[in-house]
Amino acid sequence: MTIDLLRDKGTSLDNQRFTWKELAQPTYSKLDDDAFTRVRVILMNGIENEALRFGHACARMNRELQLHLARVRRIEQHQATLVNWLNPPDQSPLETTIGYEQVAIEVTAAIALKEPNPYLAQVYRFGLLEDFDHMYRYSALMDRVEGKDANNLLQSYTDILPGRPTAVEHRDPCDELRIPYDRATAQLITKLHANTLMAGEHQTHDYYMNIGPTYPDPTGRQLYAEIASIEEQHVTQYESIIDASESWLEKWLLHEATEVYNYYSCVQSESNRRIKAVWERFLDYELGQLRYVADLFEMFEKRDAAEVLGDGKLPAPIEYVSHRDFVRETLRNEVHLTAVGTEFVPFDSQPEGSLSQSYREQMNAEGSPSERVARGYSWAPGGELSQQKPRTAPQAVLPNQPSN
Amino acid sequence: MSNTHAELGMNRTGVATSPLLTKDMIKGTSEFPPPAMGDERAIADERVRYARGSDPVGSVPPPVTGKGMFKTAGTALKGESPTQLIDKLGERLAFERTGTRLYEALLSKYDALGGFPGGPSRDDIQQIVADEHSHFAMLTEVLTQLGADPTVQTPSADLQATMSKGLLEVITDPRTTLPQSLEAALVAELSDNDCWLALQELAMNAGEQQLAQRFGEALATEETHLASVRGWIAASQGR
Repeated sequence: MTIDLLRDKGTSLDNQRFTWKELAQPTYSKLDDDAFTRVRVILMNGIENEALRFGHACARMNRELQLHLARVRRIEQHQATLVNWLNPPDQSPLETTIGYEQVAIEVTAAIALKEPNPYLAQVYRFGLLEDFDHMYRYSALMDRVEGKDANNLLQSYTDILPGRPTAVEHRDPCDELRIPYDRATAQLITKLHANTLMAGEHQTHDYYMNIGPTYPDPTGRQLYAEIASIEEQHVTQYESIIDASESWLEKWLLHEATEVYNYYSCVQSESNRRIKAVWERFLDYELGQLRYVADLFEMFEKRDAAEVLGDGKLPAPIEYVSHRDFVRETLRNEVHLTAVGTEFVPFDSQPEGSLSQSYREQMNAEGSPSERVARGYSWAPGGELSQQKPRTAPQAVLPNQPSN
Repeated sequence: MSNTHAELGMNRTGVATSPLLTKDMIKGTSEFPPPAMGDERAIADERVRYARGSDPVGSVPPPVTGKGMFKTAGTALKGESPTQLIDKLGERLAFERTGTRLYEALLSKYDALGGFPGGPSRDDIQQIVADEHSHFAMLTEVLTQLGADPTVQTPSADLQATMSKGLLEVITDPRTTLPQSLEAALVAELSDNDCWLALQELAMNAGEQQLAQRFGEALATEETHLASVRGWIAASQGR
């Protein structure tokens, strides 16, 4: 299948229709489907939600685009719904969280490997090691509070190992901004990568902010609060790498191209036939939306869409495979890094008394949930209880225990 | 503050808290009647349509030996469906593992709030933690011997997790009391007892007398858990 971003017409907007029943169609199987089906569903929901988020921000700043945006957004609302409703009801919020972190690890790794801009590739590897640690912490939570094995979801594609400790990921906003790509010189794939990860991380942030307070265990509740804060940092990082001098319509065009690219990637790799049909349908829908926005771009800006989309050829798709070797290599080489300003430096070389250091000390002043949840935790098939002899529970260490 | 029962307070959920507002609400239902006639059967009909069009939750994978049969000591499991036994063993394994964590959370509750007359001691709860864990370990061994993968989340294990999610939520909620948490443990024990009995019968049907005996021993332990939890709840209620 060859896609031409400049010529393919896709499905016209008038023919992009839904029914309520289509929006709530049968789900994938948490147990039997490949883990990457869940990964694709979670990412594509994030991509669609970013389209909605961007569309609203754009409408607030551009009166003449409001109706056009509303038309496209209505369709994207329903695409987001249909995709997100593919998640099955027996998948708990914490299980879905494991899926979100698998997205953050495997998709970021795939993108870091293919990113032509070496600085941005490092930005992605930097974020990757932080999400990698989140996987470890959430897996420990699932094992130690619920007695469940996160690998039932990961299907051994993705490691459960400590990364850059979440407790040291907290940084001052002044250390969260990165150097953006240059809209005039960056390759299309660089722009698609940045938009993809910004969308994925923003959705992850919003998801944790919604489900975090539904978790009853105090350490779990704090852990969601802590990791949601890092996801906010990640959104800050990823949106800062996008050239802020792109016009609103240029950004809209790139959002549509990002959606096309991602659905195309999903079509190439999907193993569930029914869900592959969804990706194929939405690839055609997105091509229709891209055409619509390209026409608007050319009409309003008097510029050729090829200025943004290049020759119209889609780059090679995102690879939905395990990136274990790459992630471990990154872990060995870069786990010790932190950010100072826009640069990455060894953690122990950051200036003493920096804003990030004070901020971290303040946030961790009453203890760190991410440290507490995983103290001594080592993943084993079936959970850590499978490695222990029948035992007695650990004695509480708090003072003033009341007695019977 | 009592650690055995809820106290008198400002609960605002009932209509008696706001009689005038409620009267207005009721009046509104006459002025604005339902726009369409009918009842909850429409929801039931949709459930039926979806149930007929849905795939199962999941499946039981083939034996890890790759020989297509679940076996003990070289003999294939008998009975109508060896897969069913594997599914239910996987369910019990997951339940006992979660049960270990559930009673650990109950221990935290005890450590935070203390016991009550006629209630469990710390050692009582700790013993149940150990029992749940040993049942989990035993089932891991049994599934491995049968040629099954004990790390699989079988369909029944998955559904039990969905069912018992609320139980863990009650116990790990820092606001609940020990007796309130024991009510959650009771639901777990009632289910556990029935399921061990079912496992014992399934093992007998599969021609596995030794397994049935081991499951019978586990059942006997779970019966003592059930009796204890019932007794503690009764004591907390002054019965």
